[in-house]
Amino acid sequence: MERTPKALKVLTWLTSAVFIVALYLVLIWAPQEAIMGDVQRVFYFHVAAGWVGALAFLVTAIVGGIYLARGEQRWDRIAVASVEIGVVFTFINIVTGSIWARPIWNTWWTWDPRLVTATIMLLIYIAYIMLRQGIEDPDRRARFGAVYGIVGFISVPITFASIRIFRTIHPVVVGSSDPTALGAFDMNAEMRVAFFFSLFTFTLIYITLLWYRLRLQQQKEKIEERKLTALSS
Amino acid sequence: MPPTTDLVVQKIETRADGSLRAYLRSIAAIVWKDLAAEFRSRELIGAMLVFSALVILIFNFALELDIRTREAVTSGVLWVTFAFAGTLGLNRSMAIEKDRGCLDGLLLAPVDRNAIFFGKAIGNLFFMLIVEAIILPMYSVLYNVNLFQPGLILVILLGSIGYTAVGTLLASMAVQARTRDVLLPILLFPVLIPLLLAAVKASNGFLMGFEMAEIMPWINVMIAYDVIFIAVAFMVFDFIVEE
Repeated sequence: MERTPKALKVLTWLTSAVFIVALYLVLIWAPQEAIMGDVQRVFYFHVAAGWVGALAFLVTAIVGGIYLARGEQRWDRIAVASVEIGVVFTFINIVTGSIWARPIWNTWWTWDPRLVTATIMLLIYIAYIMLRQGIEDPDRRARFGAVYGIVGFISVPITFASIRIFRTIHPVVVGSSDPTALGAFDMNAEMRVAFFFSLFTFTLIYITLLWYRLRLQQQKEKIEERKLTALSS
Repeated sequence: MPPTTDLVVQKIETRADGSLRAYLRSIAAIVWKDLAAEFRSRELIGAMLVFSALVILIFNFALELDIRTREAVTSGVLWVTFAFAGTLGLNRSMAIEKDRGCLDGLLLAPVDRNAIFFGKAIGNLFFMLIVEAIILPMYSVLYNVNLFQPGLILVILLGSIGYTAVGTLLASMAVQARTRDVLLPILLFPVLIPLLLAAVKASNGFLMGFEMAEIMPWINVMIAYDVIFIAVAFMVFDFIVEE
């Protein structure tokens, strides 16, 4: 069993420290929003989790393409690790959104375009995981995973565009704000700091988790190999 | 000349010149093979039709399709029926290839792999259109609505093209997995949502007699979907059948 590499250890500690700072910034340091009150603080981690979900699926689609072009197993390991993390963070994104929506929109859930696309994205990548579970041959599993990762990733922006023909009530805080949105607000300088720091923190968490997940995968494969050699000798 | 030797001759010719005409001819050969097999066994279309009729019947009871609710939900009922019946057909059409080792035979043939994809997809499109061509008049008679409007036919055509393009691609993955029959709808439906959504909205627009300006965005979504996914399927199909 090889030891955890030093760089990973450092990264883990760094991520933990940064996360504590982020918690402080989000929960205590950032000013209370005038209308929504403390529940607005959900926003920082909500967007950060959504960002990590999208980033993870983008990574899956890209490494899927590289895998198809080169056929090297290590790209596939990144793809599957990234999907698993992305699914968890998209789920966090939806749950935190629900918690925020309950007091602000007065409902846990509404069939708003933004919510629907997030859910479809989650379903696509759950299907991705189920597809991989159904195939034993590692080479074929990797190829199919890459193909579905690409197909799924393309369908998300199309879904997003197609339901954008409706109006959305989901607030757009970064960039232009839709006047029909419910619960929109303008960030002041301190909120902006907390917001970008959360994004940074969650990106670090993503990288750390990805690294651990890759190591887990490598060790799994090693055990598999040793089992085979032990059985054949 | 018997049909089998005809096919062999065709394939040898494809290898010889490899031109666009030969490519199209190998697609036609695969489509013809599927249609001929279907017209002899009649197992696919029959099953799809009976299933579609059952789905419509279930909707009839579940939604109480009386005269008032009917107008608003007709396009939804139609598209759910097509989508469900379609998975039946897709599963079957790829399972036949896989189980009897025909896919390996096709792969051995000296034709472009993409020609196999387009051949299967066009074959599936034919089956789907045949089923739709029978379901539409049936629904019209049963519920006394006129579904034969050129706009609606166009929407059904666009929807079926996108459906079979993505469906054939994903079905050829699903048949190679352990849990294949269960897997196909799970893989297919989330990817299909933009297409189905646009199809339902556009059909509804035509049935309710909306302005073209309101319907056009949905038609554009469908065209974009069809083009993008046919292109993607064209690029990735090689990796799915590669052994």
